[in-house]
Amino acid sequence: MQAASRPWAGSPDTKPRRRGVVRYATGLRALSISTVVAVAVMLGLVFFYAPLEAEQGFLQKIFYVHVPLAIVALCGFVLGAVFAALHLNTRDSRWDMRSYVAIHMSLIFAVGALVTGSIWAKGSWGHWWVWSEPTLVSFLIIFLLYATYQPLRFAIEDPERQARYASVFAITAGAFVPMNFIAVRLSTAYLHPRVLGSTSNLPASMAFTFLVSLLAITLLYATLFKLELTTKHTRAQLRALRRRAERKSAVDGRTVGLRQRSAAPTLLPAPTMARASGRSAR
Amino acid sequence: MSARTEARPLDERSSERTAVTTPRTGAAVRALLRKELLVELRTLESVPGMALFAVTTFVVFHFALNRNSVEGDLAAGILWVTLLFAAILGVNRLFVADADQGGFDGFLLAPVNRSAMLFAKVLTLLAYLAVLELVAVPAFALLLLGSSLGRALPDLVAVLALADLGVAVIGTLVAALAVHTRARDLLGALLALPLLVPVVIGGARATAPLFSPTHVTGPAARWLLTLGLYDLVFGLIAYALFDFLLED
Repeated sequence: MQAASRPWAGSPDTKPRRRGVVRYATGLRALSISTVVAVAVMLGLVFFYAPLEAEQGFLQKIFYVHVPLAIVALCGFVLGAVFAALHLNTRDSRWDMRSYVAIHMSLIFAVGALVTGSIWAKGSWGHWWVWSEPTLVSFLIIFLLYATYQPLRFAIEDPERQARYASVFAITAGAFVPMNFIAVRLSTAYLHPRVLGSTSNLPASMAFTFLVSLLAITLLYATLFKLELTTKHTRAQLRALRRRAERKSAVDGRTVGLRQRSAAPTLLPAPTMARASGRSAR
Repeated sequence: MSARTEARPLDERSSERTAVTTPRTGAAVRALLRKELLVELRTLESVPGMALFAVTTFVVFHFALNRNSVEGDLAAGILWVTLLFAAILGVNRLFVADADQGGFDGFLLAPVNRSAMLFAKVLTLLAYLAVLELVAVPAFALLLLGSSLGRALPDLVAVLALADLGVAVIGTLVAALAVHTRARDLLGALLALPLLVPVVIGGARATAPLFSPTHVTGPAARWLLTLGLYDLVFGLIAYALFDFLLED
């Protein structure tokens, strides 16, 4: 009776219905709205404002998606390494969760960058894959390395050790990103002129569109990052509540829900529970 | 008990304390290295397998490529792929005995610097690789290489030494990461291969001119530099991170 009247996320007398939203998803709405606006502006600029490139024509417009995706994915990998270092430093499992989410999102963005890069290569050079483009090749190697992140996590049973080992991997791989770029770039002869290598040699309208695209894709990354983090927190909280409900009823050995097979890190429930129940007791 | 220790002269106590609680890292590394090499000499689990694997792979390459002799880029590629895969066999076995038979527990109970284990394992893997190359490189020259190895040998040894250091450091880190996982053999290889791509790039590009029939130039300095930079960066990273893999 008492358990039913007490939501664990907070005391029931102040705004009980919006509790979860307020605690977990702060800023998610603002982020989502600004992302939608930025992506809309970006698409408008790409299709109606940016001039057609002289040699490649319409195909060149994939540049405004491909390059920001790649940049954001790489920054996300490095961000994952920074979070992992903070996790090893503080032993706070929330940093491990952030590191996991950053790398997970970056992997998805990296797939996008590889696919768009492949399309661009097919359109401009006639081949789906071009070994003489060092950035693309480096990207593939980094993608293959990070693709082992989830199998590694998944193969370690103990959650504490899983978090620690994943952080060690994330830092090593984060340092590998620049190292790999140096090695691959050195190994590639510059067969193709790098017309679109940097923003400095772009016309002003193209550079502006590119910067807006970069901003839009960064916002998209931030929103998805926040969304996944929120989902993970909510799910951890739900699991803790379920476990508590099970313990309360304790009529038979029946489990409320089967634990899903997942490589995602779990936030250790003990401190969350202690915090939640401590707050509800007040 | 404490009163008796108090009563002793100060210098005696402090010397006893340093002797008992903090053995020097160098001594710990020597002891660990001796243990590793003794275990390997008695069981012969890794090195003979690695060497045999390398020689067999050369035979496989002969039939797969349908070539009696190779030169230049192709020769360098074959040598490096073979050495890399043979090294991964050693990497996969590097910590297995420690994990299965309590070596980690014994080490963690000892009051020594934990980096000692990293140093000892890197040196062990370096020794394995050196023995592997003592077998594999002559076998390669005998079975597949078109040009003679004689004049290129000093350069080749330098490139191999730089690359081996990188393989040993990354191999030790990856082996320690993978040994506590399910399917450790699979994960070890999956983690090590992409991480070692820069070593393969540097090693293969540096040795390709050595295997050309008109051996005129040595390895380009930039490849040696790449390998050296790789060794330095990942040496520091392994040193910084290895302790976290040993806490239990």
